[in-house]
Amino acid sequence: MRPLTEEETRVMFEKIAKYIGENLQLLVDRPDGTYCFRLHNDRVYYVSEKILKLAANISGDKLVSLGTCFGKFTKTHKFRLHITALDYLAPYAKYKVWIKPGAEQSFLYGNHVLKSGLGRITENTCQYQGVVVYSMADVPLMHPPPRSRLPRESAETVER
Amino acid sequence: MSPGGAMEGQSVEELLAKAERDEAEKLQRITVHKELELEFDLGNLLASDRNPPTGLRRAGPTPEAELQALARDNTQLLINQLWQLPTERVEEALVARLPEPTTRLPREKPVPRPRPLTRWQQFARLKGIRPKKKTNLVWDEVSGQWRRRWGYQRARDDTKEWLIEVPGGADPLEDQFAKRIQAKKERVAKNELNRLRNLARAHKMQLPSAAGMHPTGHQSKEELGRAMQVAKVSTASVGRFQERLPKEKAPRGSGKKRKFQPLFGDFAAEKKSQLELLRVMKSKKPQLDVTRATNKQMREEDQEEAAKRRKMSQKGKRKGGRQGPGGKRKGVPPSRGGKRKAGLGGKMNSGPLPYGGKRKGGQHQGGKRRK
Repeated sequence: MRPLTEEETRVMFEKIAKYIGENLQLLVDRPDGTYCFRLHNDRVYYVSEKILKLAANISGDKLVSLGTCFGKFTKTHKFRLHITALDYLAPYAKYKVWIKPGAEQSFLYGNHVLKSGLGRITENTCQYQGVVVYSMADVPLMHPPPRSRLPRESAETVER
Repeated sequence: MSPGGAMEGQSVEELLAKAERDEAEKLQRITVHKELELEFDLGNLLASDRNPPTGLRRAGPTPEAELQALARDNTQLLINQLWQLPTERVEEALVARLPEPTTRLPREKPVPRPRPLTRWQQFARLKGIRPKKKTNLVWDEVSGQWRRRWGYQRARDDTKEWLIEVPGGADPLEDQFAKRIQAKKERVAKNELNRLRNLARAHKMQLPSAAGMHPTGHQSKEELGRAMQVAKVSTASVGRFQERLPKEKAPRGSGKKRKFQPLFGDFAAEKKSQLELLRVMKSKKPQLDVTRATNKQMREEDQEEAAKRRKMSQKGKRKGGRQGPGGKRKGVPPSRGGKRKAGLGGKMNSGPLPYGGKRKGGQHQGGKRRK
């Protein structure tokens, strides 16, 4: 477990900033406590200082997870966001897209959302803008990775 | 006068009474009553109190006052004992001479581990050689007296010989005395080296040896490997063009070890650097987009002009005139440099290009160029 280097922080912030923009500083600088990002086994965890101090007592090979996993760094050092980050990204999202109940299932199984399935969308959303997808009941949803990228053993889970 | 006098008398009486009370208090303070006498070890300045702590038990949740009183009493008793010791004067200070400490303190450091055997000891153990008890004195024929085996005025002293016969096969011009001295020096050096090696083995330390090679062999595999690595890198190109043996593998872990920030470093500093990074990222965003957009536009314009030139050349070939493309070519370059940048600086501001922005930009560009 270690803090992120400058390079890694930059890559991660660039990815997250695509969805929440400058609200990212609200994640970094919180009024209700000191939260920080820590890297453990290529995964980035967003954890409060208190929990971090407790987790430091566990040896590295036995530690599975701490705080909230935001995502992981791939072998080529690209940052991939995980669904567990959605709880933190959704409230700060700048551009939101609501999809109709019919299209929701299709989206969750990995298909694209057609224009007919689009319920609402924040105005002034540019083309190719990063958005957070919601169902009509204001539940944030996440698109699964394409089938070619799934590992062969089992579905990719956060906790091993 | 009398009321003043009476008052004075009263105050004097009061003062005397107060002085008496103070004396009594001091005496009370010095003498401490204990049921069981304390045990003193003045050598260690130690006083052991074996009285049962009933006062403390009665105190309840906050026994601070009782603890302080107890500590004061015990310290007073210890100091009373110290004052009874024989004193002496050392540089204007009165010093009490402490007796020998009676309590045996436990070990400070752990028991030393057994030292590994030296090379000779291992060999002797293996062969079963026991140290032979030798006599201290040996009969010396030359001087006719008992002399010691080694050391000052020893029995058979090589260095005192004034005549050395040249041995059969040696060079007659060789200095035998110098040879003897040299041999002795080598023996001493070898002994010293072996002693240091034994010591290093005992402490599991490395001897600072020249280039990692030992003069007499007996090196471990790791030491040899390290010596080889050092030798490989000690070339003018720092080992880049050194060939390896056919089956030799590349060394692992010869790169620099990365250093990371500590796990709990300064959280405030971490936060500050992250916010700084965010600020820089936010300020950098539009500039990057402008450069990318300008490059894209330039590429497209080049392509368009290349296509146009091809068309003109074809038409020219057909019609037989070559001035058309030449004239057009002269007119175009000056507008390319200046107007392109100005046009795009105003247009592309934030985020990706707006929907249909490319078309608008293209049209405007076309308009400017025409002018």
